[in-house]
Amino acid sequence: MSALDVSGLKTWLETAEGPLHAVDGVDFELRPGECFALVGESGCGKSMTALSLLRLLPEAGHISDGAVRLEGEDLLALPEAAMRSVRGRRIAMIFQEPSTSLNPVLTVGRQIVEVIERHTAVYGDAVRARALELLAAVGIDDGERRFGEYPFQLSGGLKQRVMIAAALAADPEILVADEPTTALDVTIQAQILELLKKLQAERGMAVLLISHDLAVVAQMAQRVAVMYAGQVVEVATREAFFRAPQHPYSQMLFAALPGAASRGMPLAVIPGQVPSLTQAFGSCRFADRCGFAFDRCRSEPPALVPAGPDHLARCLLREAGPSGARTTTPSVPAAHADAEPRPLLLEVADLTVHFPIRRGLLRRVAGHVKAVDGVSFGIRAGQTLALVGESGCGKTTAGKALLQLIRPTAGTVRFDGRELTQLSRSALRPMRSAMQIVFQDPYASLDPRMRVTDILAEGMLSLGVARTAADIGRRVDAMLEQVGLPREAGKRYPHEFSGGQRQRIAIARALSVEPRLIVCDEPTSALDVSVQAQILNLLKDLQDRLGLAYLFITHNIAVVGHLAHEVAVMHRGRIVEQGPAQEVLIRPQHAYTRELLASVPEIEAAAR
Amino acid sequence: MPVILVTDVLVWLLVAATIGYAAYCRRHEHLAAPWRRVFSSRAAMMSLVVLLAYLAVGLADSLHFRSQLERKDPSAPVAYSNDVTSLLDLAVGGLRARSEKTYSAPFATRLYAKELTEVPGGKSVRDYPRLRHGGAHLKDEADHGSDVATRAFGALAVAFMCWVVLGWALRGFARRHAGVPWGAAYLAFGLLLAVAAPAFTLSGSYHVLGTDKVGQDVFYLSLKSIRTSLVIGTLTTLVMLPLGAAVGIMAGYFRGWVDDVIQYLYTTLNSIPGVLLIAASVLMMQVYIDTHPELFPTTAERADLRLLFLCIILGLTSWTGLARLLRGEALKLRELEYIQAAHAFGVSHSRIIGRHILPNVMHIIIISLVMDFSGLVLAEAVLSYVGVGVDPSTTSFGTMINNARLEMAREPMVWWALAAAFWFMFVLVLVANLFADAVRDGFDPRVRVGGGGA
Repeated sequence: MSALDVSGLKTWLETAEGPLHAVDGVDFELRPGECFALVGESGCGKSMTALSLLRLLPEAGHISDGAVRLEGEDLLALPEAAMRSVRGRRIAMIFQEPSTSLNPVLTVGRQIVEVIERHTAVYGDAVRARALELLAAVGIDDGERRFGEYPFQLSGGLKQRVMIAAALAADPEILVADEPTTALDVTIQAQILELLKKLQAERGMAVLLISHDLAVVAQMAQRVAVMYAGQVVEVATREAFFRAPQHPYSQMLFAALPGAASRGMPLAVIPGQVPSLTQAFGSCRFADRCGFAFDRCRSEPPALVPAGPDHLARCLLREAGPSGARTTTPSVPAAHADAEPRPLLLEVADLTVHFPIRRGLLRRVAGHVKAVDGVSFGIRAGQTLALVGESGCGKTTAGKALLQLIRPTAGTVRFDGRELTQLSRSALRPMRSAMQIVFQDPYASLDPRMRVTDILAEGMLSLGVARTAADIGRRVDAMLEQVGLPREAGKRYPHEFSGGQRQRIAIARALSVEPRLIVCDEPTSALDVSVQAQILNLLKDLQDRLGLAYLFITHNIAVVGHLAHEVAVMHRGRIVEQGPAQEVLIRPQHAYTRELLASVPEIEAAAR
Repeated sequence: MPVILVTDVLVWLLVAATIGYAAYCRRHEHLAAPWRRVFSSRAAMMSLVVLLAYLAVGLADSLHFRSQLERKDPSAPVAYSNDVTSLLDLAVGGLRARSEKTYSAPFATRLYAKELTEVPGGKSVRDYPRLRHGGAHLKDEADHGSDVATRAFGALAVAFMCWVVLGWALRGFARRHAGVPWGAAYLAFGLLLAVAAPAFTLSGSYHVLGTDKVGQDVFYLSLKSIRTSLVIGTLTTLVMLPLGAAVGIMAGYFRGWVDDVIQYLYTTLNSIPGVLLIAASVLMMQVYIDTHPELFPTTAERADLRLLFLCIILGLTSWTGLARLLRGEALKLRELEYIQAAHAFGVSHSRIIGRHILPNVMHIIIISLVMDFSGLVLAEAVLSYVGVGVDPSTTSFGTMINNARLEMAREPMVWWALAAAFWFMFVLVLVANLFADAVRDGFDPRVRVGGGGA
């Protein structure tokens, strides 16, 4: 008996290029009381699947086929009015972004009470008592006070707890959690995952977890389904999946994960891109990117075949039997045998950035936000310093302040022995070409109205690196080649590229003025795992070839382990610990570093 | 002798600029794409056809000259009429000169007021006299109805033939440029012809919309008013645009004291009643014109200067809305990463504004440009009605309404002047609004997102 049985689900989205088969024949069952995870990269159809279950599709979408049975009753056949009493009452949902899923003008209590009144028989004073009970259940201690507060008064983690409380208000049998922790910091993520686990066990609730993060899935799920291009390509129990993934796509996802184990080696990369879902497929959807593809893969769409006990994979190779266990590459001991320490390229001492808080009619300064509060570090030529911390710890501000994009309040920044903080905007210009920056969001970091050539030429023109049109053209071509893009890319506009390609363009732009230091501000956090691997490989490769130094700002410990030489851990505007990467990651000294590292979900534990 | 009015020059410059912009857009995909979306809307194409008809009338009325006076003595120096006429006046024939004594109803053959006339035999009779021009060709007034019908049907038939032939001739063109709803445009053109052809034909022998108090043909006045509306609608934005754009972007981009100064400025400007400011400026201008008659050889030039000045005043008082919009947008853009990247390259402020910010707020500028147009047309009507608008000698919908308002109280009522102004203005504002809606939809970034499934 399954709690929820999805069979042959097909969801189409109407687009200008014709119907997009976002979900194309998905089958799975959710067993009572289990946590079932749908994993996949962006665009694979996992969120559309979740929305289809609740029939909450965007306007352009519709369910063209399939059945979703909740205890034998087909939800897709229900009239809308009946569906409304299923949503929230029997299947509840929590979303990715806690800051937008609560109504900002209603108190927290009101939003929970609403659900209780709508879906349960509780009324009168009991409603409030029930709401307070729920707040306590999701680990909010001072429920009485929080009940009357508005969402803006809560932190992200608290908001997500409130969302969970509202979702649980009517005691649903099934909770759909769509990337519930993606927008949260790693320490908060650990708390929320712990909470979800506890609630699931206490209430015997089935949880459908949608996630792109294998580590989160490893920690939470009992069973896992991997989605690719609108289809489920693999279903297995957690242990079986993490020990020996059977579909080539799943195997490559694991290989693309960075970590201390992959240090010093290039990450595995999945070549090519997800195929367009507007076409009809007569082959395996992964065939073009698969290293094991053979003739049959290109002529015959594979079915889900058994690849072990309670393990299915959509791959023709598995007809011959399951593949072996995943090999985890042994950790390479510190291979950076730099005999003499390299010279310091950048020295930052007591860097301080305070933002004034202005109040009242005359905008008098009433206090300061101490975004960066006395930070000191050094970066050696050709090496990578990772600046690690959670959101709001001041790491991005520190990065911008050392480039003088934000003027520091105090402290010194010496680049190659020259003091930067006192230089005027024009005096800084000669220094600009030596230090560049790559931003987090590849969609916001390229001007949508400029062609790639113009984007790349801007810095060269401004800093006088190249002057003649022919020289610039030659250099633009060279830059594109260096980051692995075709030459024709120069004539196109940014919106024609995928996220990973845009990030390559952003890197090419930074490289165009021949810098010696690049500040990489979370360059991979907006990207999928397989694309992240490509960008990390590119950055590593450029460092080896051009001797670049990186200040790598990130919250992702796995990435730090993969590429950093040194680590500085930031917390509340200060550096709490710094040292060689392996030293800090293996033997953390400061309490905060320990907490941070302990919060990082582990994949390897799940395989055992 | 051509007469070059300042507003004419500006109008034609604007036309040239629009053509240049269109050519520029064609070569740049990201600029052309939203316009293609605009032109793929039926409502936009239909309203564009009507707008172009209005524009054609307005442009024909923007080529002015003074006709040469007939010389009795060939040796005398060439003299020119004091009257400034336009191409439109030529096109509609003698409509301008065919004025009656006073009011007459549409299609009437007789005046609206009784007059004492002498009949042969020495007696005088009080009756409605025949019109000098309207229906003057009729021998027998009983034929009036059938004459109007024949002429109208004749014109309709010819128009229909032209329409069909034109449609047949342009078949291939439409097929080559698929994706644009040519059918809708063709239909709108047909409807336009069905109204315009009989109106123009009949205007040769009747006053299709009657005559006003001093006997001027109302149809002619309405056509003349179109130019005034278009000039106000477009030239005002020309004044407002650079000011609003520059000030708004600067406020948002530089923030700090620049922002403070600009915000105080437009808050102050917004809190002064607009009509009061405009009235004061226009009256000052009037005094200047009155005290310097030597600067203006003709009344047309005098009236034109006042029109231009009205545009400037309206522009100076209405840039705040645009500036506020752009300030908000620039505030958002300046924090974006590509602007930060430009700072990291040491790109100068002026280049950042010119290369990054301006192109990225252009869609807002275009949207507010077309949206403001209809508002300005209406504003002119209101101002002229109040008496601080255009020069009384300039025909505009506002002055037409102003002149007609007292006659509403007359018994029997004189309704046609007001009705004509109302309908002409209503259609213009309606199509401008429809077109503006289509432009807004076409440039709306949310439309572009479409369905990308996660």
